[in-house]
Amino acid sequence: MPRPSTALSALYAAALYGFIYLPVVVLVLFSFQGGRFPIPPFNGPSLQWYGQVFSDGRLTSALLNSLVVALVSSAIACLFGFLAAYGLARFRPRGSGLARAMLTAPLTVSTLIIGLGLLISFNMIGVSRSLWTVGIGHVVLNLPLCFAILYAQMGEHQVNVERAARDLGANDLQVMALVTAPMLAPGIAAAFFLSVTFSWDEFLIAFLLSRFDVTLPVEIWSLLRSGLNPKTNAVGSIVFLGSIVLVLALELLVFRKAAARRTAP
Amino acid sequence: MTADVTLTAITHRFDAFTALDGVDLAIPAGDYAVLLGPSGCGKTTLLSLLGGFLTPTTGTVSIGGRDVTRVAPAKRPTTTMFQDYALFPHMTLLANVGFGLRMRGVGRAERDERALGFLDLVGLKEAAAKKPHELSGGQRQRVALARALAVEPDVLLLDEPLGALDLKLRRQMQEELKAIQRRVGTTFVHVTHDQEEAMAIADLIVVMNKGRIEDRGPPEEIYLRPKSLFSASFMGEVNLLAATIGAASGGLVIARTPLGTIVLADAARTGRTAGAKVRLAVRPEHLSIEGAISGAVAIGSAEILDIAFFGTHHRCRLRPAMAADLTLIAHLPQAFAGRAGESVALALDPRGVVALPEPA
Repeated sequence: MPRPSTALSALYAAALYGFIYLPVVVLVLFSFQGGRFPIPPFNGPSLQWYGQVFSDGRLTSALLNSLVVALVSSAIACLFGFLAAYGLARFRPRGSGLARAMLTAPLTVSTLIIGLGLLISFNMIGVSRSLWTVGIGHVVLNLPLCFAILYAQMGEHQVNVERAARDLGANDLQVMALVTAPMLAPGIAAAFFLSVTFSWDEFLIAFLLSRFDVTLPVEIWSLLRSGLNPKTNAVGSIVFLGSIVLVLALELLVFRKAAARRTAP
Repeated sequence: MTADVTLTAITHRFDAFTALDGVDLAIPAGDYAVLLGPSGCGKTTLLSLLGGFLTPTTGTVSIGGRDVTRVAPAKRPTTTMFQDYALFPHMTLLANVGFGLRMRGVGRAERDERALGFLDLVGLKEAAAKKPHELSGGQRQRVALARALAVEPDVLLLDEPLGALDLKLRRQMQEELKAIQRRVGTTFVHVTHDQEEAMAIADLIVVMNKGRIEDRGPPEEIYLRPKSLFSASFMGEVNLLAATIGAASGGLVIARTPLGTIVLADAARTGRTAGAKVRLAVRPEHLSIEGAISGAVAIGSAEILDIAFFGTHHRCRLRPAMAADLTLIAHLPQAFAGRAGESVALALDPRGVVALPEPA
């Protein structure tokens, strides 16, 4: 007979996880709904709504757009973040503290403000909204994160290794490409996958900065305007699956490897 | 490939701190030079100046007759073996050792062949495909050495390379370093604070203290004929006896000490004239039991304060009867059987004594 306090904490944990995961479970469950409405009773399972998603040209092109924007913007954010972190960590130019603060501060700014600011700026310089502007918006969104992760990875140990590379004749570019970046590979991968995850389901910036070609979250939003429909559940489940895959990839490729390296003799 | 190194009037300041103060030094080509001194003496700064990681505040560095004071590390005929080895963790040993050649545009096949040759030199040819984290400390050390030698530098700089190894491995690596240096003929400049290590491997020891060079010379000279009190005490245990230089004649000179008058070879007074106050540096092994060594002069009896067995000798602390305020340290023979509290008749071998100036 478990003690009452144990039972209580188990109940509390169950309630907590239920609160977090029940909406997701409901969403995924009713994506397999057989009828026309994503509400009880459940009369499935059926894959009809997934079929509808993949036969909907707008949804599939939005899915593709999301993928391209996420991958390209994350790669660029990682590259810029790496260069900024390397420069500030290794050369410590005058005012590098301020530069560091300015680079990480946008983490605290709401995406609405960033999106509005970009929208106004693009209007001012006469750039029309497109997937490109969405990509730029996502670089702006993810750069502070990439910078913060990579700056934290620039340790003192690597300084000596970089010195050794220079001593053996490598120039700055060779040091970065052949020594620093490979040594930081786990950090770079972590920054990249996190950026992809954030970009993948980012809505506000994508909504404000896109026009005809839209990303998946924006397309889902326009679907929702015509009422609830198991199709939205299906596409939502696909987005969720994408995030899960990314998180798993991050875990397996980056953290496991880093842990293995730490425990190696 | 090898070259001589000349440092002229080197001064280096970090803000208000003077790390090196007017250093002049010449290291002949092909020598194994050891910069020896306590931490903060400027030896690592000197090495960084040679490697090009620092530019001296004033003075010039030249290698093989070429002024390299302002030349970047990559463009110097030097490579450095770092204290923490600084191997590339993501590369195989072969790629590590071949890195410098790769930067010099050597093609892959030739690079691999030459890198393999240097791995062979340090006995790690079979491990060429391994990565640094699979190696022990001593093996990493060897890879770092092979990597630094692979670009065939004129001068190899070693920054406390054996500091992280245990005693046994350190002895073994000392021998290997010296053997490899003999084989490749490159000038080695090695930094350490361990005087035994310095004596074990150096052709030339440079003793440093507070940013200056205190003494330089082959190990025997630094140990037996040190030029300063600092050098004498840093190279190992030493008894320092206050003495006054007396009359000299026929290649001999008299020194008056609290333990009586001792006749020294004239060279031992190192140019100091009659009446000069000096310290006589007497190594513990130059004290012996009276009568045991011919040529040693009696300095009266002394009480054994304590005695410890060190394998090759007994180390004794003694209080001489003639000067009860003094404590002498003597290395007495392995077979010596005295006990604490007993008195023994001591003798001093004047051939092992050198007179040094009083500290300022």
